[in-house]
Amino acid sequence: MNDPINVLTLFLFNIVLVNIPLLYGTTGEIVVEKAGSLNLGVEGTMAVGAIFGYLAGCMTNSLLVGLAVSFLAAGLCGLLFALLTVSLQANQNVTGLTITTFGLGLYFFVGKGIGERWPAMTGASALVNGFAPKELPLLSKIPLLGKVFFSQNLLVYLGVGIAALIWWYLSYTKTGLRLRAVGENPGAADSVGVNILLYKYIHLVAGSGIMGLGGFYMALYMSGSFEGSNCWINGYGWIAIALVIFANWNPLMAIGGTLIFGFFNTLQIYSGPLAGAFPGVLGWLNAVPAQLFKALPFLITAIVLVASSVRKREGSGQPAALGLNYFREER
Amino acid sequence: MEQQYAIEMRGICKSFGSVAANKDINLTVKPGEILALLGENGSGKTTLMNMLSGIYKPDSGMILVDGREVAINSPEDAKKLGIGMVHQHFKLVDVFSAADNIWLGDDKSGPVLKKDRFQVIGDMAKRFGFDIDPRKKVYNMAVSEKQTLEIVKVLYYGAQIIILDEPTAVLTVQETAKLFDVLRRMKESGHAIIIITHKLNEVLEISDRVAILRKGEYITTVDTATTDEQQLTEYMVGRKVKLNIDRPVVEKTRPLLEIRDLTIKNDEGALAIDKVNFYIRGGEILGVAGIAGCGQKELCEAIAGLRPIESGMMIHKGDNIVGLSPKAILEKGISMSFIPEDRLGMGLAPSMSITDNMLLKKYDQAKGPFVDRKTGREEAKQVVQDLEIVTPSTETPVRRLSGGNVQKVLLGREIKAGPNVIVTAYPVRGLDINSSYAIYDILNRQKKDGVGILFVGEDLDVMMDLCDKIMVLCHGRVMGVVHAHKTSKEELGLMMTGALDLTNKYEDKPAGIAKDSRIEEVEE
Repeated sequence: MNDPINVLTLFLFNIVLVNIPLLYGTTGEIVVEKAGSLNLGVEGTMAVGAIFGYLAGCMTNSLLVGLAVSFLAAGLCGLLFALLTVSLQANQNVTGLTITTFGLGLYFFVGKGIGERWPAMTGASALVNGFAPKELPLLSKIPLLGKVFFSQNLLVYLGVGIAALIWWYLSYTKTGLRLRAVGENPGAADSVGVNILLYKYIHLVAGSGIMGLGGFYMALYMSGSFEGSNCWINGYGWIAIALVIFANWNPLMAIGGTLIFGFFNTLQIYSGPLAGAFPGVLGWLNAVPAQLFKALPFLITAIVLVASSVRKREGSGQPAALGLNYFREER
Repeated sequence: MEQQYAIEMRGICKSFGSVAANKDINLTVKPGEILALLGENGSGKTTLMNMLSGIYKPDSGMILVDGREVAINSPEDAKKLGIGMVHQHFKLVDVFSAADNIWLGDDKSGPVLKKDRFQVIGDMAKRFGFDIDPRKKVYNMAVSEKQTLEIVKVLYYGAQIIILDEPTAVLTVQETAKLFDVLRRMKESGHAIIIITHKLNEVLEISDRVAILRKGEYITTVDTATTDEQQLTEYMVGRKVKLNIDRPVVEKTRPLLEIRDLTIKNDEGALAIDKVNFYIRGGEILGVAGIAGCGQKELCEAIAGLRPIESGMMIHKGDNIVGLSPKAILEKGISMSFIPEDRLGMGLAPSMSITDNMLLKKYDQAKGPFVDRKTGREEAKQVVQDLEIVTPSTETPVRRLSGGNVQKVLLGREIKAGPNVIVTAYPVRGLDINSSYAIYDILNRQKKDGVGILFVGEDLDVMMDLCDKIMVLCHGRVMGVVHAHKTSKEELGLMMTGALDLTNKYEDKPAGIAKDSRIEEVEE
């Protein structure tokens, strides 16, 4: 049971399993930010996607419906954000924070409102099955890596797939090129006939939808057990915003970033077993106070933000017009 | 015989709030013709053209393209109608390659980006006779390369009507010549070209006809062949007013501010001021003439400590002030008042009262943590009285004052600080005659008190009457320093365009050169 290799495998397996929602949140936020909008409402958007996706999934006993509803519900948050910041020119930071407050509020309002009649996930076999590990043929036979990366549930593969797809979309399609232009210099994009309004709306909604899928993932990971005090999302939305910067607005880098953040995130749970399994090398982990482990992901976030702020402009993937509202007739 | 116009604008009006930027403007361009749109700053040239390119919509009036009435609601509409505009501030995505910037607006290729787009753009540019590297990123490009890319871009989209907004403002003489060759080639191939400028010599060189705007109103259109600079100036400025400005003779003191081998870069990283030498003595006004954007702004900012310099020295009363903070420079008695094109942009806080604006420069001299508004109010009253500022009270927000009064407040505050060197740029920009005279009087009074004044100006007539000496800048280089009463407008004009460089010919001592062209002489 206390076989060191087993403990290590389980630790690495959990890094992937527990932290994939970060990847969804990060990928979604990358899409939004590439359109030049800074949406700080990731946490709230994920919460909205989580609760509605979970309820719909349970009611219909369908993983697909759960995914679709979480995407749509979160997409509506994105639509609200787009309406306020693109059409009404509201301040993006304030609007984003509002979305977070609103989303979390809606999450608790709906969850507590349902109360006694809260559906348990065990009643929805399709959700349970959908979240069960699926071993990929051949790949899962690779020692260690096979278990860690290729024996995960469907949503893990979906998340990585979406990230890869978005990367391709941004880099190799004309719509992706135009989207990046909208985020870099909307005036330039506008002057060659790119429909700024349309591009912003579509990508703000789609990006928020992807965040919502991450929320749905969290709901399933938490087995849909609703508590009155803690949100399923648990700060992942905020870390995702930092991960976007860490990943330099590149969805492929976001996969790596998710694993690195996930490492520190998961360490707090596995520090005991790891110290037990490798007493010689990692025994010191037991001496580290648990609070430090809890703080680590956020500490790393802060360090990343400081480090990336000194990054040179030319190599940075940060859209030049990020956070700035565009108004064509501005003088 | 009715000839088809490529563009016809009839009775175009456009207002921003209560400000009428364009009033009842008529404009026509034929295919294969270059039309120059001439007017002073703020006369509504760019606004008018932005209505063709779909940035603004006219409040009233109609636009005809090839004889058909059209509605241009967006840049996309303009593109479809074959109208392409090269904006003064380039509309390019810095982090994209040249090809990708063009590919953005391309409708012909498929949804997936292919490698051959670089080839396509490169070939197309060659066909039009341009030399651009399609893979080069825009942030690595020089200004002229960016402009070429913009022109290639509009040509690629099939524009038949090409608008260039002050294309030569950022170009060197040689680059301008190259651009004009390109424009002539495009004209021969049947393109209709509108070029916005306020440089008369360029108008006469390149255009077939000239349309003149003044303060948002359409004045007239004349054939270039039948006009001259004199006539165009009168159209542009309105009635010719002969100014009689005093030039009191004052005992000059030793140099207060001396600039040696000063080199400054502009925001884009290009050389704005290139190894400039000059000095200002107490009791004299040194005028700085030059075409807009020839480094005047950078020079003022550098002296005030707002812009880092590349190399050189700035010596004030024997102390090098390079690297000092703006506050330390202020304390040495050097004050700067720069009136930018939007007037309120620099120096004053528009929504604050005259009193509070007075306090801006000395809030930290008060003892204790509280603002000493009493002294400020007294100073404000003094300035209002001295400079005859028309205002309801000293507590009126500066924004509500008229332009001339705003500029008086700015100058008044600078003078109140008791400077020994005043750097002032375009202090009469956009002012009517009376206000302008008031400003000249203020400057002359300071001069009599032994202050050294650097006066960056636009109007050569004024400078020749007001200044003691005039230094001419051309693309960041000094073309020479001349005595204002000995020089002529023609000579200054030649120097401004770079055609006459007196710094290289001072041995011949042609008339009108102060020996100041060679600072070393004086130092000995």
